[in-house]
Amino acid sequence: MTTRAMPFRGSYTSREQMAAYEFNWLAIVLIPLIAIFVQAFFTAKLRFLSILDLPMMVVIFFAVARRNPISGCVTGAIIGLVQDALGGPAHPIGMYGITDTIIGYLASSLGVKIDVDNPGTRFLIVYAFYAIHEGVYFGVGRGLLRQPLQWSWSHVAIAALANAVVGVFLFHFLDRFKQR
Amino acid sequence: METLLGRYKNLIVLAVILFAQIIALAVQVRRPTQEGEIRLIRVWAIGAVTPFEKAVVHTQQWFHDKWAGYVYLRGVRSENDQLKAEIERMKLEQTRLSEDANMARRIQTLLAFKEQYIDQTIAAQVIGTSGSEQSRVLYIDKGSNDGLKPDMAVITPTGIVGKIVQVSASSAQVLPINDQLSGVGAALKDSRLQGILKGAPNGTTTLQYIMSDEPVKPGETVITSGGDRIFPKGLLVGTVASVEPGKDLFLNIRVIPSARLDRLEEVLVVTKIEEKLPDTKDLGPIRASDILSQRLPGLPTPPAANAAAATSGATVPAGQASAPAGATTKPAIGGGLTQQSPNATTKPVAQPGTTVPRPNTTQATKPAPSTTLPVVKPAQPNGTTTGTTTAAPPVRKPPVTTPPDTQTTPETKPQTPPNTPPPTQPNTGETPPQ
Repeated sequence: MTTRAMPFRGSYTSREQMAAYEFNWLAIVLIPLIAIFVQAFFTAKLRFLSILDLPMMVVIFFAVARRNPISGCVTGAIIGLVQDALGGPAHPIGMYGITDTIIGYLASSLGVKIDVDNPGTRFLIVYAFYAIHEGVYFGVGRGLLRQPLQWSWSHVAIAALANAVVGVFLFHFLDRFKQR
Repeated sequence: METLLGRYKNLIVLAVILFAQIIALAVQVRRPTQEGEIRLIRVWAIGAVTPFEKAVVHTQQWFHDKWAGYVYLRGVRSENDQLKAEIERMKLEQTRLSEDANMARRIQTLLAFKEQYIDQTIAAQVIGTSGSEQSRVLYIDKGSNDGLKPDMAVITPTGIVGKIVQVSASSAQVLPINDQLSGVGAALKDSRLQGILKGAPNGTTTLQYIMSDEPVKPGETVITSGGDRIFPKGLLVGTVASVEPGKDLFLNIRVIPSARLDRLEEVLVVTKIEEKLPDTKDLGPIRASDILSQRLPGLPTPPAANAAAATSGATVPAGQASAPAGATTKPAIGGGLTQQSPNATTKPVAQPGTTVPRPNTTQATKPAPSTTLPVVKPAQPNGTTTGTTTAAPPVRKPPVTTPPDTQTTPETKPQTPPNTPPPTQPNTGETPPQ
């Protein structure tokens, strides 16, 4: 029997093949800042764009690419706290921080287990994590702070869909900043 | 122990980060920031983001100005003509309204009503938002360096926007009226019912604390009541979109803001509000006879006034239709705190573009034979009319528009002396001094 070396044609399936990526420190600083800037700037012009959560997508992207739960937590906490800092009086500092910390942890834990370079997987990941993100935010706001937040399944479903679609393209764009 | 820490290292780090943030939340809830105070992390975040936003907005504005001012000038001529026509129309409208305003000022002075005036504003550009769905705060490109302080009102020509909540050196955070934490003292313009305009998490605004038995109709205009001490009284807020019975005997009135809060570009920050008595200096001295003439519709004018009117010419151009405050003639329409007799309302109004004769005082103050005079109790020393009156409340009637051919009736035909301008003199559009 002869064995031939088969070229890689599909997604990575074994944990050995799924390498953790690194990023340039400039990219680590600038990508979240730009995401927060774009989020804050464009929603002033087009209010409906606020259903997108670019900082959350960046948290997910870094978490699944690095596959390190600790760095995922820290990245999520920092990005979330900056988002909180830009929020108004309705946003005590820590609401997005807690939410994005949990998202960063879960995404990096998931990144260890499954292939996250596939667009379909990315779509599902962003969709699911957006719903979790909204649920945690709602829980923190209502449970800890007694804020008059309202939950709408339809709104969350539609917003998650929009985020998932944008997330696929955003992840594809951010892939070029990955370093082995 | 080490293996335990190593095994659960990730979870421990997660727990520590979450715990720290929950403690931070608890501290903020227990000890909210004082007036004008701003947390350091917010300063850093705003300082990191707003310079880029300002740069982009100003660059965009520069290109827009160049494009709109030098390149894209199609239709400017026709637009200019339209605007000129609009200005002419508004000048005439202003002439008519200024008469009402003068009269209102006199009455306010008599009653010692203090009025809030917007004394100073600063134009600012909206450069960003919080970026989240739950918070609707806006950022503007002016800050404490420009004299902005918390709790200053932010408005647009079309309606109010919100108030400033936090100020940094070169930017400020605005809490719009549709934010869930916002509350504005508001009133319905027609019925004068007062309530509180509150925002909701979904971005809608509702007027609250109006009893459910009050008649409120969709389409009614909502204005500021001045009760919050932030917005001056009478600024446009929005219109009633729907009225539904709410809980606790109050109506649930949904209001659509007049200002387009979702696409704001430029706003005005009210930096100085002055509370003072209306300036009636230019309206002439107020005498007791003025007070009486405004309150007692049937009071006959002293003969001296008639003589003065006859010598000074009975015709005045539109825009100066009402007599000065010093004159003893009764104000044109609806003057005073009580309603005029019905025939008084048919007096010529300062109709735009027409010559309106000065009210013939003897004729104007003569009660109509077929109608009953309103029963008015005498004015009290404190300047108010008390007791019940059969006259309608001091709600202004819409101006009676007299057809041009009936502007000068035989009874009111002006006795124009030779030195007075001809009756057909066109309106110059000048407004009387306020």
